[in-house]
Amino acid sequence: MSQSEPAARGHLKVFLSYAAGAGKTYRMLEEAQELKKRGVDVVVGYFEPHGRKDTIEKTEGLEIIPRRKIEYRGCMFEEMDTEAILKRAPKVCAVDEFAHTNVPGSERSKRWEDVMVLLNAGIDVLTTMNLQHLESLNDQIWHITGVRVRETVPDWVIKQADEVVMVDVTPEALINRLRRGVVYESDKASRALENFFKEQTLVALRELALRQAAHEVEVRAEEERPTDRILIHVTDEPTTAMLIRRGRRVSDYLRAECFAIYVAPAGDLSSLPPQERESVERHLNFARNLHIETRILQGQNAAATLVDFAHRHQITQIFLARSRSRRWKLLPPGSLVSQVLRLAQDIQITVIAERRKRNL
Amino acid sequence: MDSEFRRNPEWLLEQIEKEQRRERRGRLKIFLGYASGVGKSRKMLSEGLRRRERGEDVVVGAIQPKSSPEIDRLLSQYEIIPTRNIAGKDVIDVERILRRHPQVVLIDGLAYDNPPGSRHAHRWQEIEELLEAGICVITSINLQYIEDLQDEVSSITGKRPKETVPRSFLEQADDIEIIDAPAQAGFSRLRELALLVAAEVVESELRAYLRAHHIDEIWGTQERILVGITPRSDARPILESGRRNADRFHGELFATYVRQTTLSPDDQAALDRNLAIARELGAAVHVLEGHDPVRPLVTFAHEKGITQIFIGHSLRRGWWHRLRGNPVERLIGLAEGIDVRVFPQRPGP
Repeated sequence: MSQSEPAARGHLKVFLSYAAGAGKTYRMLEEAQELKKRGVDVVVGYFEPHGRKDTIEKTEGLEIIPRRKIEYRGCMFEEMDTEAILKRAPKVCAVDEFAHTNVPGSERSKRWEDVMVLLNAGIDVLTTMNLQHLESLNDQIWHITGVRVRETVPDWVIKQADEVVMVDVTPEALINRLRRGVVYESDKASRALENFFKEQTLVALRELALRQAAHEVEVRAEEERPTDRILIHVTDEPTTAMLIRRGRRVSDYLRAECFAIYVAPAGDLSSLPPQERESVERHLNFARNLHIETRILQGQNAAATLVDFAHRHQITQIFLARSRSRRWKLLPPGSLVSQVLRLAQDIQITVIAERRKRNL
Repeated sequence: MDSEFRRNPEWLLEQIEKEQRRERRGRLKIFLGYASGVGKSRKMLSEGLRRRERGEDVVVGAIQPKSSPEIDRLLSQYEIIPTRNIAGKDVIDVERILRRHPQVVLIDGLAYDNPPGSRHAHRWQEIEELLEAGICVITSINLQYIEDLQDEVSSITGKRPKETVPRSFLEQADDIEIIDAPAQAGFSRLRELALLVAAEVVESELRAYLRAHHIDEIWGTQERILVGITPRSDARPILESGRRNADRFHGELFATYVRQTTLSPDDQAALDRNLAIARELGAAVHVLEGHDPVRPLVTFAHEKGITQIFIGHSLRRGWWHRLRGNPVERLIGLAEGIDVRVFPQRPGP
């Protein structure tokens, strides 16, 4: 192979679990040690010790690339030094906490974007992530834990991973570790026990993680041509984000193609009031970030325009949010849902549930 | 409220006895892997040492015939009660373990059969005895030995071991932990199956917890799809889609019919055909009662933790609709927390 040829893309391996303390970092470092023993050139690009003795011991003998210091609002922050890793050009790099958000002023806003840079340079990456950071599960995680996870990773990023390995641990063992202060220092521990670390919450998250891991294994095993085509109706309403996540998730499971459509009477967003416009733009951007094809269609009547598009593009399923009248648990007469139901009797129409925070 | 929760003294007494039996009984923890060599033994032996550091009395009651330097190093730190070789088979020395009575015993390899004439035919039955005696057991198993999965596993591996363990034994474990690792080409289905077995054990754990705490809620950790059937609905495409979706999500499929009035012979025959399709596709079929087609369906869905309801477009027009509204739209309005998918319908004959 000639020198000028670009390096083949690196191999990405994700250690997936459902809570801090499950042993992801440990597993990742163990693998790095194993590779080193076999003579592979491996470095640690970023590692979060959390003061855990076992984990720190596992870095012994491994080359750790020093972090980059970044000043933000008078405080010093440390981030992974992607440039230094590129210069060092190892064969394999271990990067903890895939879902981490970099401090403002960093080259890239997300650590997974840094990882993409390493992969593009032909470096193999081992990384760690908890299930609750997966974008399409955000509403469900909120429902189960009462916590709105802010640091998310779009599902397509995980799809690009060559391997996803589940790091399993029983909730009981996890709670024990937490109580003994292995996972966090004790003041943080009691807070953690209050929300994420309730046993029933952990059991639910664990089940989701196991099912997700099974799904990741399955999609890597088979290649199938998409037969379903899903259309998601975008509006300025806050439920749109939920609708997009759910549509994305169902599309992934059904291996469907996915479109997000906004219907504007003027055909573009310029005539919308600023607030509405900002919401619609945010939703369309969100959909694009999840690798959903977006369109803005011109039409006076949203229902008719959507159904017409669906007919012309062989859409098999239309995803809508519930429009609810305030006083009754009934669809308001003439609502978008009932209009679409009337107009598109030949297409599947899915009205998604509003997932709400549980009463904790 | 369910009769299960009714506070009668007999029921309470039974619960207390059950609880006491549970307390006396040792805990069972199972490490599950999809193949040998994924690291179950190492994981088990390391856990045993950690427990010992914390002051638990841990011994080893059975080891794997194949070893490695790392396993040997771990084993050298243990008190081992060796298995006895009887008629060419490794049999755990239950009596010696009972006499020694440690807090925890590690049994590496759950799927072993004993020679004829032994106290128990299978090793898992001996483990049962240890648990009853209040000893905690940590053990390991490969997917291929789970009885109910043998057909599928052997179709992938081409091998069918004679020794098996019933799935129910795994399901009653207090803890199950999966040892996952990337699979060689062709074996990823085994890996997937192992992850799903673990997910199902965890799901039943979650349900038991929610039941015990009287939490009546949809957590949606598993997709459950309910197909609403009527005599005149074109049910096959909906049910087939339900099946496909349930499989994709590794979920469950239900079908219901709400019996409102006595049906004409034609409608009854059409309904029977639809229900037969549902059963043929492996749906759990339930017939509900009520004079409103919507409410019983929604109540059932909430009880069963349904996450998606599949129904056909309503084709009926008439006074009922003018009075109460289109049933599909009413369903969408009432089915809080549940996705509703409405399917195209061919007008009936």
